[in-house]
Amino acid sequence: MSVAIAVLAYALGLLIGIIGALVKLEGSVLSRSIMNGYTTLVRAVPELILILILYYAGTATLNQLLEGAGFSAMAINGFAAAVLVLGFVQGAYSTEVLRAAIQAIPIGQIEAAKAYGMSPWLMFRRVTLPAMLPYAIPGLANLWLIVTKDTALIAVVGYTELALATRQAAGNTKMYFTFFLSAGLIYLIITLVSQRMFGILESYVRRGQRRLT
Amino acid sequence: MSLKTLRLIAKTFVVFVLSTIVIGLLYWLFAASRWDWIEKYYPLLLKGLWLTVLLWVVSSILGIILAVPIGLVQVTGPRWLGAIARGFCTVIRGTPLLLQVWLIYYGFGSLFPQIAQYYPGFRQDFMWLIRLDAFWYALFAFTLSFAGYEGEIMRGAFLGVPRGELEAARAFGMSPWKVLTRVWLPRAVRLVLPTLAGEVVLQLKSTPLAMTVTVMDLAGVVRNRITQDTYIVYEPLMLLAVIYMCLTFVAVWAFGAVERMVPQKR
Repeated sequence: MSVAIAVLAYALGLLIGIIGALVKLEGSVLSRSIMNGYTTLVRAVPELILILILYYAGTATLNQLLEGAGFSAMAINGFAAAVLVLGFVQGAYSTEVLRAAIQAIPIGQIEAAKAYGMSPWLMFRRVTLPAMLPYAIPGLANLWLIVTKDTALIAVVGYTELALATRQAAGNTKMYFTFFLSAGLIYLIITLVSQRMFGILESYVRRGQRRLT
Repeated sequence: MSLKTLRLIAKTFVVFVLSTIVIGLLYWLFAASRWDWIEKYYPLLLKGLWLTVLLWVVSSILGIILAVPIGLVQVTGPRWLGAIARGFCTVIRGTPLLLQVWLIYYGFGSLFPQIAQYYPGFRQDFMWLIRLDAFWYALFAFTLSFAGYEGEIMRGAFLGVPRGELEAARAFGMSPWKVLTRVWLPRAVRLVLPTLAGEVVLQLKSTPLAMTVTVMDLAGVVRNRITQDTYIVYEPLMLLAVIYMCLTFVAVWAFGAVERMVPQKR
């Protein structure tokens, strides 16, 4: 359950991140300032508070809108709400990571692509994306590790994922150490495995580059 | 229809939606929102703010103090100590902070009374341990967590100090301790300052987790007192977000000032 939330939220965050980064780099003044406001705001407020605000405000607003439109209020799926909220938070962080990565590409490469008459989409696919990945992967790996651990925060709004299930089990059986340590072990294994996979991925996108040291 | 008109339509649409949201928010803020609870609860809020800041500052300082040896033994020092330190960092960084806080609060919190059951003397001698406030558990958990994250960063900083400087210090006949206090540590701290600013802000943003173990910090006051007493949900949360943003900016500004104070050759 936690893993599914993490994967979906991460994907949503990446989507927002790509759009946000492109908007921040190429958009008009208005859209740029909107994105700036979004990233500053989200990154300055604790995740837990954001989750509380978005979770309650989001579900309540949706229900009010539905009622206003003549439908009956519906119970919001906790899973979907969790994914949306975490994805929204992740989007701000990945926007910054991707923007920095795109800006790290030597400008000459992009100009060369433009000079060849590539369309924007082709240019993004053939030049910008492969050239930025080596810069972006470490930051994105960090974000993935953060989101897997942030899923635990969803427990606070009462959605039963790994952390909350652990606490309930521990509270019922009074075996706090057993349950908390085993849950910690599960998170640790997820972290270590994904660190390994990101390492492999990074060496793949860095193929052809000179090894540092 | 050309691309230009399409784009114009899209832009108008976006502007329309955004202005609706902004107007709605403004209307809510001035006409529909309720702020009368502030009068009644502001002493509690101030107390909560104090606890939050205390939790943040003390755990950061203690964490950094702990992190220096953790980073150092990974760079020099015996291999088994380095392995322990590395394991500590991996475990802390690999598990959610929420879980750590819960483990320490519920785990240790239930451990001490159990010990007291078997050794009656324990109850008299260590009553303070059993009666410990949730704040101290939270402080302990946050300190450990910060030490774990910072230890890793300090390791990189210690490695980042040029070898030649350490060799020069040794060539002056400094004892290892003196090399550490006079050359290695100051240089490492200077290297780590920009990263440290970010980490301290992250630490600030993890302090509301303390509310889940009944600490009456700012978030705890908002969620466990105001919202439960008055059923007002959004306004206190908004206030909370604004206060945290202010704290963040203060931290960023303070670190900027410190960084400018420490001279650096470019």
